[in-house]
Amino acid sequence: MASKYSAFQLFKEGLKGHTGWEPAWQDKSPSPSYDALVIGGGGHGLATAYYLARNHGLKRVGLLEKGWIGGGNTGRNTTVIRSNYFYPESVALYDFALKLYEGLSRELNYNIMFSQRGIAVVAHSELEMEMAARITNAMQINGTDAELLNREQVLERVPLLNQNDDARFPIFGGIWQGRAGVARHDAVAWGYARAADKLGVDIIQNCEVTGFLIENGRCAGVKTTRGEIRAGTTGMAVAGNSSVLSAMAGFELPVRSFALQAMVTEPVKPCLDTVLLYMGTGTYLSQSDKGELVIGGGLDRIPSYGQRGNPPLQEEILSGLLEMFPAFGQLKLLRQWAGIVDVVPDSSPVIGPTPLPGLYINGGWGTGGFKAIPAGGWLLAHLMANEEHHEISRPFDMDRFARGRLIDEAAGAAIAH
Amino acid sequence: MMQRFSCPFCGPRDETEFFYGGEAGNERPEPAENISADRWAQYLHMEKNENGRAREIWVHLTCGEFFVMERDTVTHEIYKTEAFHGEQK
Repeated sequence: MASKYSAFQLFKEGLKGHTGWEPAWQDKSPSPSYDALVIGGGGHGLATAYYLARNHGLKRVGLLEKGWIGGGNTGRNTTVIRSNYFYPESVALYDFALKLYEGLSRELNYNIMFSQRGIAVVAHSELEMEMAARITNAMQINGTDAELLNREQVLERVPLLNQNDDARFPIFGGIWQGRAGVARHDAVAWGYARAADKLGVDIIQNCEVTGFLIENGRCAGVKTTRGEIRAGTTGMAVAGNSSVLSAMAGFELPVRSFALQAMVTEPVKPCLDTVLLYMGTGTYLSQSDKGELVIGGGLDRIPSYGQRGNPPLQEEILSGLLEMFPAFGQLKLLRQWAGIVDVVPDSSPVIGPTPLPGLYINGGWGTGGFKAIPAGGWLLAHLMANEEHHEISRPFDMDRFARGRLIDEAAGAAIAH
Repeated sequence: MMQRFSCPFCGPRDETEFFYGGEAGNERPEPAENISADRWAQYLHMEKNENGRAREIWVHLTCGEFFVMERDTVTHEIYKTEAFHGEQK
């Protein structure tokens, strides 16, 4: 069992040449049954397992991961955390996540390196400034922090931006959310894994779900590559593969899978201390602690389960980058990769019961699952333990598609989804 | 390298000339007044979202024709493209 991390322990281990550190969590073999079973060892799954033990006191919680924990989208995203959404339901959800993130290093006793450096979303015309004002107002009314920036305020924060008079996307101003930022994505997975392990959760890697045990029309557990596992309640948090799993359970989801790419440049000295997004190009970036520029953009145009990303979108993202920062044309790209994301018609997640009783879903996060990890885990744990919605997750139930009450953030927030 | 799709009318063209139109075989339920909200939501929003071989409707934006493409959603290999004459039940 890992002991408590502290500056004192770091100092003590340093004197011993760092030979005394123990594994942060144990790699368990599956038990035949659990009170609660979580499918998916990404951030959302690990957070769910942690909150099942911490908030609901469940003793026998199992978490199944087909590969290694944090090896999917949790390790592939661009680490941005923000809650600059338009609709009250969305702000309630994402700001809940942001608030949990603000206390997470202390809560988990694990440094997730959350750096609240703010995000600027830049507008390029008078009309876009009106949209920016509308979103800023909505965010303030919904109770999260937002400011409308003018051109000078944007350039003060990001002086390297293209300021030419003939710029294709001139800077008129933008939306600022100061509490937004970036965190170390792997640390979020590892921190939750360590804290869950400490509360007795079994983290089981290399265990792929191949089917569901359905008894009397209810989910009674899963079939896996390591045998059958029974469960009192089952939750799935497998974004990117939600439809694959739902097909095994016998229902369809309002989800289409797309590749979302990201890339990093070679490391350079500090030159960008916020997260920056251009409304016009859809390209966004931040600078990592190592100095690499971490760059992302819109979705690939072709539905895909291939974790690679296609060249046309890569070209679009990079041409956007060079429009924003002409000086970055000299940088070399170090790596490029892609994750598979669940794209839902209204760009909002699907959280709630599924058509198979006893099985709950947390998925459909589209391009923005990382920022929601603490909330996603909290809400799925609530559903699994209480068999009913938390008030924050209720609007995101799948029944919204039949009721017509969509939460259409693609149209609402003017943010690349 | 950009991928090329073969339009049944124009031949091989760059992927950027094409737009995904949805899963083949998802037919509009009729008559509208007898269709439940759940069935309508199923038609509008629910997806098979196949991992592997999929049969899809695409449109070639430059010529405006819709067609059917069968491809692998993991490897992106194209099996065939054919003109769309309405799906057979």
